Amino acid sequence: MIASLANVAPHPGTAAQGSAIVSVRNIKKTYPGGVEALSGITLDFPEGQLTTLLGPSGCGKTTLLKIIAGLLPATSGEVLVGGRTVTGPGPERSFVFQDFALMPWASVLRNVAFGLELRGVRKSEREAIAVGHIAKVGLKGFEYKYPHELSGGMRQRVGLARALAVDSAVIMMDEPFSAVDEQTRRKFQEDLLGLIANEKKTFLFVTHSIEEAVYVSDRIVLLSRRPSRVSTIIEPKLDRSGDPEGIRRDPAYLDAVEGIWQSLKKYLD
Amino acid sequence: MTMFGYRLPMMTSLILWAVLWELVGHTEAGFILPPLSKIVMRMGEILPTPSFAEALLITGRSFLTGVGIAVLAGVPIGILMGRSIIADRLLLPWVNLFLSAPLSALVPVIMVLFGLGEATIILTVTLFAIWIIVLNARVGVRSISPSLVEMAQSFGASRWQAFSKVYVWAALPEILAGVRLGVIRAVKGVVIGQLLVSVVGFGTLFEIYSSHFLMEHFWALLLVLFAFAFALNEGMAWLERKVQYYAASRA
Ligand SMILES: Nc1ncnc2c1ncn2[C@@H]1O[C@H](COP(=O)(O)OP(=O)(O)O)[C@@H](O)[C@H]1O
Ligand SMILES: [Mg+2]
Repeated sequence: MIASLANVAPHPGTAAQGSAIVSVRNIKKTYPGGVEALSGITLDFPEGQLTTLLGPSGCGKTTLLKIIAGLLPATSGEVLVGGRTVTGPGPERSFVFQDFALMPWASVLRNVAFGLELRGVRKSEREAIAVGHIAKVGLKGFEYKYPHELSGGMRQRVGLARALAVDSAVIMMDEPFSAVDEQTRRKFQEDLLGLIANEKKTFLFVTHSIEEAVYVSDRIVLLSRRPSRVSTIIEPKLDRSGDPEGIRRDPAYLDAVEGIWQSLKKYLD
Repeated sequence: MTMFGYRLPMMTSLILWAVLWELVGHTEAGFILPPLSKIVMRMGEILPTPSFAEALLITGRSFLTGVGIAVLAGVPIGILMGRSIIADRLLLPWVNLFLSAPLSALVPVIMVLFGLGEATIILTVTLFAIWIIVLNARVGVRSISPSLVEMAQSFGASRWQAFSKVYVWAALPEILAGVRLGVIRAVKGVVIGQLLVSVVGFGTLFEIYSSHFLMEHFWALLLVLFAFAFALNEGMAWLERKVQYYAASRA
């Protein structure tokens, strides 16, 4: 299914290793009312990697991610996931929301199991699966708490566990840490690296923080100001085998941050 | 409440009015407004009688049925209006019209169509209660955070699942507020319906009392009804407070 995409010419500048599980072809989006958010985005997301969309606020990152998620129709162009055209949400994609989007009336356990509940998985079975993922994101013991009893960081862990629980091939995260305070965010970023290493999944990550992008990504797609186009693709190539704190002192990390800063600078004037 | 710079507890004013009532009752006006003490005594007399119990049963039954219909029909209609622009355009003018219309004037029409029985009372209750319930459910659904709607969509919720597992719950604080207001209106509906039909439930009693000029009985019954309405309102308000925590946490 994915192999069929191998003969698709990669986007100029894309050093595609592995085949693309998500392909975005010439996507344009103009909102009703005339705001042109995306002006022809063509992009491949290699399987098993974490690709980050990085760009200034309001450049159309959320728009693009929602189009890939099937939550928003594009004005023109097409999105392929696993070789098939996206017409709406599907079980091979799951979403982590910027504002968590948890159900305040439901416990952590039910929130995490919600995707499976919608699919009609038996209660005992889906809860067993959910318990595993709750432990995985570091919330063991919080199964019966409610969202309003948790901190922002913990709520987003619930959002992540919910996305993991449906076992989709692609996980999309829209600025998952932007509503989380700084210390919590660092810890969360480190934990995320551990999770990614264990899950053989493709992550589509959105952020406006250069440091965050370099820290977590295999590939970084720089988007220009609205109407958005792909400006550059960067592959930081960091050694993530060691201490997660050490990465932030790695010269390759610092070089990548500096490089991206230099190329984004020209959009600021 | 403060008076002359002093904070007075809620009960103070009630006692003040009760005393005033008692005094007025002992003047000439006692003819139409008997003293409170006599009314309270009469209440103790009326409450244990079978005719009161029967009236209470019939009233309670038609009240609950009417409110039940109003909730079961009103909440889904309100949610539909909140989610569908077409349904909203189609129904909103009617809902607003009926919300402010003098509904008592419609009761004779219902009476002609459904006769002088419980059905008319039930429909009157529904007619009084449903519009505010619809409107509040609509507002509740419109205030659901868009990302919660997208969450349901992205995890593959069907229309029914989105309705029953997300929208109803997310809009619950507003829905309950609407039901509380609907219940208060339903009390008016059940009383007005019975007064107009006057051969059912408390309507019969009111008819007997007023035609025989039993003012103490009349007022005793009225106070009982007021107490019921007050208790209902407080009960609903309590229920509402129980879900407030997540109305606040929805953002
Ligand atoms: N529903 C909408 N209607 C009209 N304009 C919108 C809508 N959503 C987003 N936009 C506009 O589209 C642009 C891109 O938005 P968005 O994708 O949210 O950016 P980002 O996520 O990169 O901050 C912004 O200028 C925003 O104002
Ligand atoms: Mg955004």
